[in-house]
Amino acid sequence: MMVPLRAAPPPQVQPEVQDEAPVTGKGLELAFDGVTKAFGDVSVLKGLDLAIPAGQFVAVVGRSGGGKTTLMRLIAGLDGPTSGTIRIDGTARRGLQPDVRLLFQDARLLPWQRVLSNVGIARGPGWKARAQALLAEVGLADRAGDWPYVLSGGQKQRVALARALVTEPGILLLDEPFGALDALTRADMHRLLTRIWGQHGFTAILITHDVAEAVALADRVLVLRDGRVAEDIAVDIPRGARATGAPRLAELERRILNAV
Amino acid sequence: MTRATALRRGLVPWLLPIALLAVWEVAAKAGWLSARVLPAPSDIAVAFWITLKDGSLPHHVGISAERAVLGLAIGGGLGFALGLVNGALPLAEDILDSSLQMLRNVPHLAIIPMVILWFGIGEEAKVFLVAVGVLFPMYLNTFHGIRSVDRGLVEMGRVYGLRPVALYLRVILPGALPAILVGLRYALGIMWLTLIVAETISASSGIGYMTMNAREFLQTDMVLLGIIVYALLGKLADIASRWLERRALKWNPSFHTGLEAA
Repeated sequence: MMVPLRAAPPPQVQPEVQDEAPVTGKGLELAFDGVTKAFGDVSVLKGLDLAIPAGQFVAVVGRSGGGKTTLMRLIAGLDGPTSGTIRIDGTARRGLQPDVRLLFQDARLLPWQRVLSNVGIARGPGWKARAQALLAEVGLADRAGDWPYVLSGGQKQRVALARALVTEPGILLLDEPFGALDALTRADMHRLLTRIWGQHGFTAILITHDVAEAVALADRVLVLRDGRVAEDIAVDIPRGARATGAPRLAELERRILNAV
Repeated sequence: MTRATALRRGLVPWLLPIALLAVWEVAAKAGWLSARVLPAPSDIAVAFWITLKDGSLPHHVGISAERAVLGLAIGGGLGFALGLVNGALPLAEDILDSSLQMLRNVPHLAIIPMVILWFGIGEEAKVFLVAVGVLFPMYLNTFHGIRSVDRGLVEMGRVYGLRPVALYLRVILPGALPAILVGLRYALGIMWLTLIVAETISASSGIGYMTMNAREFLQTDMVLLGIIVYALLGKLADIASRWLERRALKWNPSFHTGLEAA
């Protein structure tokens, strides 16, 4: 299995954000050993073996019904596997994990809490300062006192990203979080996510059906088909060169599309 | 909109009621309307002033308000608690909900004879009736509110490490609050209605007693005063609950007027 090294983060591209936070977190390694998941008679995952090294950015693509969301729910601990084990940082895990956070397709902010309280949802000592720092990282420092309903879709997702990172998770799951955004906002979010991933060093697992998004963001693309990994493709292009539409990028996209 | 049109818009809705009052006053003073049928508005104002000065009106209003608040606190609190428990625990719902639904179909005013047998015409009878009346709207709306909280938000709370108590306080309860406040408004309406009936049938104090007593002595002005006081108290309760809604649901854009949202 090819495991490319993590590419260097691209230069700063989000002009409204000045804070250059040092790498604070640490990515965690994730492994699936013969994981199956069945709902009644229907098995969605059929003996999945997977090894994702710490800090890697992996995209999972596949048709709907191919088991992407099931995979994500297993990693988050919202569901348990029918058989097999899921190991995080080398140890077998079951149930909800404090070091795994999930960015939902819809931002799922609490409408009755202001932005700052949404980011600091887990509370704990010193949560306000940490939440404020994360809001600054996603470029929304001045929206801390707003109600969520005044934010745009992209801003809501940025708040959700800050909320996911406030506890410095080792693994960040992203369940098509940019699917509902317009193209320009989506490109902004891609730059922001790439930069924040570079700074925080968490292991990122992105579920998407957008192949272009997968190759723009990830080190490695897994194609999920019929409950198995049908294709495991390394994106061996430096991140700085991806936006320009390199021919190698188009070739990778074609290969992935064929595999889906 | 100019000042003049604004003024006109503010005044126009009041023209008809003021005109009606004027006609009423003139008709009563000229003797076209018997004072026994409908006393003049000025006579009602005088009755208001007299009872205010001798302290009987504040006395009766105070007693009625006390019964209302006590009944609301007991019945509303119980309905709220039952709604919370049944909304959160399926086992509690299985045990309690169908019984509550059966009891709900008994019109609470129909049990007045029973209540009089149990409590006589003491304070307990009135408070009990109000409590029974407000219990069900509070229960139903709280239960429904808890059940209709966005599942996605609850799932998010779990993934983000909220323990059951924090999940309940920060996600489920605030999510159910709009429905709970609707229940409170229903309960307030039923509260006054129940109290009027209960005090009219059996009481030795309160606005309803005051009104019925006045009827015995053919004091139509006092009867009308009692009706107006009930109307004002009902309006007051409605204003209070609207104010509470606006304060508690600031996060909800549908509770903002255009100006506040800007």
